[in-house]
Amino acid sequence: MSLTQAVFILLGGMAVLGALGMVTLRNLFHSALAMILALFSIAGIYVLLEAEFLAVVQVLVYVGAIAMLILFGIMLTRDIVGRASAVRNRQWPLALAVSAGLLAVLAVALVRAAWPLATYAPAQGGVADLGLALMGPYALPFEVASVLLLVAMVGALIIAREARE
Amino acid sequence: MLNHYAFVGLFGVVAILFPVAALVVGALAGPRRPTPAKRARYECGLVSQGESWVQLRVQYYIYALLFLVFDVETVFLYPWAAAYGQLGLFALVEAVIFLGILVVGLAYAWTHGDLQWR
Repeated sequence: MSLTQAVFILLGGMAVLGALGMVTLRNLFHSALAMILALFSIAGIYVLLEAEFLAVVQVLVYVGAIAMLILFGIMLTRDIVGRASAVRNRQWPLALAVSAGLLAVLAVALVRAAWPLATYAPAQGGVADLGLALMGPYALPFEVASVLLLVAMVGALIIAREARE
Repeated sequence: MLNHYAFVGLFGVVAILFPVAALVVGALAGPRRPTPAKRARYECGLVSQGESWVQLRVQYYIYALLFLVFDVETVFLYPWAAAYGQLGLFALVEAVIFLGILVVGLAYAWTHGDLQWR
């Protein structure tokens, strides 16, 4: 077993552990922390796949922003902070059936799929190439993304303001 | 590329081992003579009041939302920073325009009192 495989098994195990913890822990805050562990492990798997930018985005957006927003949401809610919440509700048999069905579909797809090796070499530059492309041929979409973020920010502020009043 | 990240992995391992080692060595080597004062919760030296699980003010959510937007902005500026050495003045202008558009949003939040603490 190579070192890469060992690291992959470690990261995969951490991701599964985090996911299990998120579902089974009774304290929502601890669930959110377990989710962060899973998201971090997946970022590590992206690094292993040499998808550097994807790993950075995973850490910045999912671990840094989304997970933080969820933690804030939990801490801002009076009734669920620090209180053990029920792990199951009435819908658990349905959820189990759907999860088992999804697992079966994924397992069949994974077993049946052919896994050909890529015939071309992966790009070497990585993030720098992306930067060159964003600044050169895709300069306009780059600036438009800023407008999109502006619209998202103003929209979120207006909705938050309405909710407060 | 993986070799660069081996350092990150090493850093992570040290980050986990360091506090674990400190706690284990402390538990093994230190004498145990607890008194009520020693067993009290430590919170910046003051006597802690109330529970540790408190509801935060909803105001924080506005800051979280603003942070989210500027966090996504970082994602776009990261490739720019990685390629900065190969880019010219034009790219710098582009990044400044990109930031300038977002500063309008911050100015909007500021002037409309969303950042006001109440």
